[in-house]
Amino acid sequence: MNASSLAPVTENTPGGKSGRSRRPRKGNSVLAQGEPSIWGTGGALVVAITMIVGLLVLVLIQGAVTFWPMDLVRIRTVDGKVYLGEVTREETYRPEAEVFTSLPPRERDRAREAVQQAAGVARRRLLRTGNYDLTGFHHQWVSDFQIAEESKPEWGLVVERLTWGNFYGTPTAFLLDGKEVASDPDDIWAQFVNHHDAVAERFSRSVDLNRHGIGALSRKQNAALLARKQAEISYGKSSSEYAVADKQFAEVESACKEEDARIKSEINTLNKENDRFQLRLVTADGQEKILPLADIVRAYPANRLSFGDEVGIYFSRWAEFLTQRPRQANTEGGVLPAIWGTVAMTLLMSLVVVPFGVLAALYLREYAKSGPIISVVRIAINNLAGVPSIVFGVFGMGFFCYLVGKFIDGGPQHIQVAPMPPAWWWLAMLAVVLVGAAAFLVGLIGARDRAKESRFGRYLGRFAVALWLLSLAPVVYVVVHTPYFSGFYEANLPSPTFGTGGVLWASLTLALLTVPVVIVATEESLAAVPNSMREGSYACGASKWQTIRRIVLPRALPGIMTGMILAMARGAGEVAPIMLVGAVKLAPELPVDGVFPYLHPSRSFMHLGFHIYDLGFQSLNSEAARPMVYTTTLLLIGIVALLNVMAVWLRSRLRRRYLVSQF
Amino acid sequence: MTVSHPASAALESRPTPLLPMPQQPANPRLLDHPGSEESRLEKIARGQSAPAHVHAEIAQTDPVLRITSFSLWYGKKQALFDVSLCIPRGKVTALIGPSGCGKSTLLRSVNRLNDLIDTVRVRGEMQLNDDPIYRPSVDVIELRKRMGMVFQKPNPFPMSIYENVVYPLRIDGERDRRALHEVCERSLRGAALWDEVKDRLHESGLALSGGQQQRLCIARAIAGDPEVLLLDEPCSALDPIATSKIEDLLQELKGNYSVLIVTHNMQQAARTSDFTAFMYLGHVIEYGPTGTMFTNPHLRETNDYITGRFG
Repeated sequence: MNASSLAPVTENTPGGKSGRSRRPRKGNSVLAQGEPSIWGTGGALVVAITMIVGLLVLVLIQGAVTFWPMDLVRIRTVDGKVYLGEVTREETYRPEAEVFTSLPPRERDRAREAVQQAAGVARRRLLRTGNYDLTGFHHQWVSDFQIAEESKPEWGLVVERLTWGNFYGTPTAFLLDGKEVASDPDDIWAQFVNHHDAVAERFSRSVDLNRHGIGALSRKQNAALLARKQAEISYGKSSSEYAVADKQFAEVESACKEEDARIKSEINTLNKENDRFQLRLVTADGQEKILPLADIVRAYPANRLSFGDEVGIYFSRWAEFLTQRPRQANTEGGVLPAIWGTVAMTLLMSLVVVPFGVLAALYLREYAKSGPIISVVRIAINNLAGVPSIVFGVFGMGFFCYLVGKFIDGGPQHIQVAPMPPAWWWLAMLAVVLVGAAAFLVGLIGARDRAKESRFGRYLGRFAVALWLLSLAPVVYVVVHTPYFSGFYEANLPSPTFGTGGVLWASLTLALLTVPVVIVATEESLAAVPNSMREGSYACGASKWQTIRRIVLPRALPGIMTGMILAMARGAGEVAPIMLVGAVKLAPELPVDGVFPYLHPSRSFMHLGFHIYDLGFQSLNSEAARPMVYTTTLLLIGIVALLNVMAVWLRSRLRRRYLVSQF
Repeated sequence: MTVSHPASAALESRPTPLLPMPQQPANPRLLDHPGSEESRLEKIARGQSAPAHVHAEIAQTDPVLRITSFSLWYGKKQALFDVSLCIPRGKVTALIGPSGCGKSTLLRSVNRLNDLIDTVRVRGEMQLNDDPIYRPSVDVIELRKRMGMVFQKPNPFPMSIYENVVYPLRIDGERDRRALHEVCERSLRGAALWDEVKDRLHESGLALSGGQQQRLCIARAIAGDPEVLLLDEPCSALDPIATSKIEDLLQELKGNYSVLIVTHNMQQAARTSDFTAFMYLGHVIEYGPTGTMFTNPHLRETNDYITGRFG
């Protein structure tokens, strides 16, 4: 403002404005119109949505129909072969000329003509014929022009077995103790239904006994053996401690042997009882096969099912899928261990990544003064999100498994580090402690001086930080070179405990991978907390930390939850890194189970994402695995969605608490 | 706005000391020399300094807050120039002046909120009841606990009404529920909000209306029993009804609390304050009792400003 504005303001004469001629406007710029930009942006959205919805619908449909029982088709081809199986898919193709030469001459011309009429295109269907133990293949392509006769046999039976995959055939006898008790299909089926539940029940009991009873015994024995070995390493073979451990081991071993024999005989009784029941079937091409009932998971006469039966089979298959362990190289059975592993790993990962990410973001946003160093740190964090995930896997394997893990297992010698002589080590330890204490003191003095806003205090503060950093590397060095540590699992060597992939290392690797997501989301939500709230808190006499804890964090919590959701979704779906740090094709034991200490961080685990890869690309029977790929994908998406829904629900509850309407 | 509108009705029903708006300088005793072309404002705008004109009545008051030749810089830019003011105890003192004149900066300097901005440098001294504010040995946290502050926009915390009010006690670690409840009720009654919220103390403070939120902030500010209450344009985001409620509240707070209020609204300053300081570009121009300042200012610049000739 200047003096002229103090003088009476001259009225702005309206005449002066209207007298000016308006600049002529063309008014034909496309960009001035609203419509094209709406089409452009809306079109992009539609394309994106179409792709996403298309993928989801494909997975949903393919994944959902997998377990629906199909009809059984019996086909006799013109060259005299007979197939019985389920049609898994069909397609059209252009048959080569040689295809026809293999046909009998009478049919050759008819087939060729039929294909020519259809413009050279023929339809073929993929039959799942099973009976791998007899025929050596699971599937058979059948072209329409090859078919001489097609029917749906009433008593065609689909038999899901524990081994060798599905069996397709018609029943000819039900055997009890090797004697035929029924030969009419109706009677056989009645007998089967009558006995199968009891047999399956006995079978699962014997499996349970094997897994839990025998498993507990071998764990006990193993622990005693390890204790003896530990005594041998610590005190030598001639010591009294070793003698005690040896005696204990002998006691445990003999006790276990008795218990083992008891359990085994129990299992034997169960199996013997089961062996009495057998089913005799004949395949489409006339071979006979006797199946013990204990080997049959599920059987049904596919062409006699009512809609209700089909629904029942569909849901019982889903139940099996969700609650059972896999069999047949993962192509059949359930995925319970994979679900368990995925959820355990994801939760463990969030437990690690959220506190670290939030603390880092708090420092960046609330404490750090903006400057070039902070900018570089921010850029580095954002770039971390762009590093290929397999690189994290390699790092996790090299650092966590082979360095930290091996150190935990066997101490310094196990990672090829020579321990320092004790005298030197104590000297180094003393030096490190002294430097640390000095840094602490200097920092304390500096903090007091900084409050007085002296330049000296600021320098002292920087010096303290430098001292801290200086003592950090020696701390690591001293810890790694300790002569007093030879591993927590020394007795178990050379077989690794933590020195190989495991659910803990996988979680840490994924935490590293997802920490930028959490940091960025948290920083954004912290920035969205209005400064007026911070000022209000300071004006009440709150300290910085009180302000953060009581005002900023609660207000930013929904945003932090968003970061966690994103990190979980990213972590749960990541496959490449965990292949290197602990995911396996088949894990004998779960990472979380009912055996003390319940969480087993060193165990390798199964993972749904890895399971998909394994089914799709590592399976010998890829045609049978194909539908399972879709179903497993559907399940993985479902689990991630479920985790997200839970977090979103939590977030909306928090929002309601903190962000009721502003006026 | 129609006459039947409740807000205008509320305004008109209140006996407001409406000001005479003289077209000519009303006071023949104006200190400016009639012959001199250059006013104080022009000198200040050119970067020269002009001494503040402080009325004699100020010297007779008992100051709660004493500001002595206080200057403040944002980086290279100076925002306050040698400001000296004495804020009387138990009275309402208003800071008026055009935008950017440093009123809010001065207010935020009193409880050292400007410390949060890295680039701020200060010179000079302030004293709260004879205790220094700008000495290195001062604990800023303890200092702020002796003052209460209310901001331009209501800023209730994202927590319940009850927790909002007792926040100053919570950060002191007070856990005695009886004491907390007592303070909550006393403060809410003091802020004339108790009757409206007593049945929903544990609902979110953000669910209140704007005027209620601002009174909640006042309740929070007086919960710590402050020696001085700092109000930074407390009514600028409120509608006329809420504004009149806050102004009534100020009249009730007067006597128990010493209030320093920044306002853009000259009628508000005239209605609510006992003393008024007129600031311009970081300088105090004139400081005196409100009645004199608005009816009979000693300087022509003040007269020009309060009559709306500039600003």
